Amino acid sequence: MNKNIYELLGLAVALSFILALKGLSAPKTARRGNLIGAAGATLATVVVFFAPLGEGKSHHNTILIIAAIAIGVLVGVPAARKIQMTQMPQLVALFNGVGGGAAALVATAEYLNLGSGASTAEVVATVFTVIVGCTSFSGSVVTFLKLQELMTTRPVVFPGGRFVIAATLAGVLGTGGWTISSGGNTPLLVMGGLALLFGVLFVLPVGGADVPIVISLLNAFTGLTVAASGYVLQSTLLIVAGTLVGASGTILTRKMAEAMGRSLFGTLFGAFTAKPQVATGEAEARSVKSGSPDDVAILLNYAQRVVIVPGFGLAVAQAQHTVRELADMLAAKGIDVAYGIHPVAGRMPGHMNVLLAEANVPYEQLVEMDEVNPTFPQTDVVLVVGANDVVNPAAKTTPGCPIYGMPILDVSEAGNVIFLKRSMRPGFAGIENELLYDAKTTLLFGDAKDSLTKVVNALKAL
Amino acid sequence: MTSMAILTIFALSIFVGFEVVSKVSTTLHTPLMSGANAIHGIILVGAIMVADGATSTLETSLAIAAVLLATINMVGGFVVTDRMLEMFKGKPKAAKAKDAEAAK
Repeated sequence: MNKNIYELLGLAVALSFILALKGLSAPKTARRGNLIGAAGATLATVVVFFAPLGEGKSHHNTILIIAAIAIGVLVGVPAARKIQMTQMPQLVALFNGVGGGAAALVATAEYLNLGSGASTAEVVATVFTVIVGCTSFSGSVVTFLKLQELMTTRPVVFPGGRFVIAATLAGVLGTGGWTISSGGNTPLLVMGGLALLFGVLFVLPVGGADVPIVISLLNAFTGLTVAASGYVLQSTLLIVAGTLVGASGTILTRKMAEAMGRSLFGTLFGAFTAKPQVATGEAEARSVKSGSPDDVAILLNYAQRVVIVPGFGLAVAQAQHTVRELADMLAAKGIDVAYGIHPVAGRMPGHMNVLLAEANVPYEQLVEMDEVNPTFPQTDVVLVVGANDVVNPAAKTTPGCPIYGMPILDVSEAGNVIFLKRSMRPGFAGIENELLYDAKTTLLFGDAKDSLTKVVNALKAL
Repeated sequence: MTSMAILTIFALSIFVGFEVVSKVSTTLHTPLMSGANAIHGIILVGAIMVADGATSTLETSLAIAAVLLATINMVGGFVVTDRMLEMFKGKPKAAKAKDAEAAK
């Protein structure tokens, strides 16, 4: 293929990625934006097979490459198609991780290829790619394990942990310097291993609500590794695409942190500052008021305004259709119904919007935190469906607890609060919720979908 | 490519990246993250370039593994983003699509 045509097509792909990100920023154009990006990526993948080669070079391994792509498609597409809505965040984390791993492998293979012919700048870019790619890979895998609840979701902090992390980081940077100054394969290998370890240590102390921020951050990092590989491989497309993701990912990470009231610095360096927490032992032997589905139906029936606060429990129970049925019934009775959406309810920002949109809940009924909070004093009943941390007053009252400072939905301002919960188990962040023991709180234990179905039936019988 | 040209491309891309996502609403944070995630799957192109030029067995194995991982990242990323966004489609359109299906 003519070199100019090849580079023009590369430019078209880079532009398609800009349009994709732009489209994804607005609800109306989001889906089209994603498709433009996918089309661009497909074009780039096809075109690279026809890349103009330097003199005396020939194509290698074409069959193997196509086979690897085919296997990748066979793994990736069904995983993305079949995944439950609730497991979406960890899948994104995993996809990000394999991307980082791919970048590290590309850089290593090209480093071997260049051998002693690599310039210092190329070695520096390789070192950067391998360090960040490996960190992103192992960090994402740990994030996946946390979100999939294959390991504890709480921050893992061990005594002297911060010194271990600092030492590992120093080791990574030291071996990086060693690779740059002396070349050779051993330093690079040691560095990669240490970077993998660093990724694990970096993510372990992160818990609860900070996990999505870390996914977003690792995503931005992976973008930068792609840009660095682009430098080594002399590919403008990779430089542009990687930098775009790095820059937009950084902004997105900051916005997410802001929406959750977390400091980005605190999240980032939590690994270095986290202290082992002493468990509070006062949780037992306190009385709560639990009610029957009939009690809940009666409370709802005589309310004038009801706000539903959905959380991860709603997603787990797949109760979005049932909750909508309940809301429709209440609305038919002339009751003012709204959904109070906390920006990070569920496991990721926007998780609840996606879930409720699936059940065709009218968009106008979804009210964001800042708008719904002033209305709680005029609200008769708040129905909390499988949410906990986002309504936990400890975020305001208990300095030092992991969610302190996060804006919450002030449901305690309302007349009555009903919690639909599976058990007294604390939420994702693992913090006791004082509101559960409040006199105005009624608890209805059980799977969110079962409980809602019972309430709907009780309401019909009234 | 000269270093100056690369630096120019890099700097301009940073600003474009900042600019395109500056007005994103909270609702779209997750799909946007997922879409950006799919875009860095473009490392697939780099993986193919390296695999294409690889001569030793070690290089080839590393590069082919990279092709596999990058494909999963790219293809899976775009598909999962599309699935998320599928649920955001406007009400009237959704109804129309259903009618169209029913008409068939």
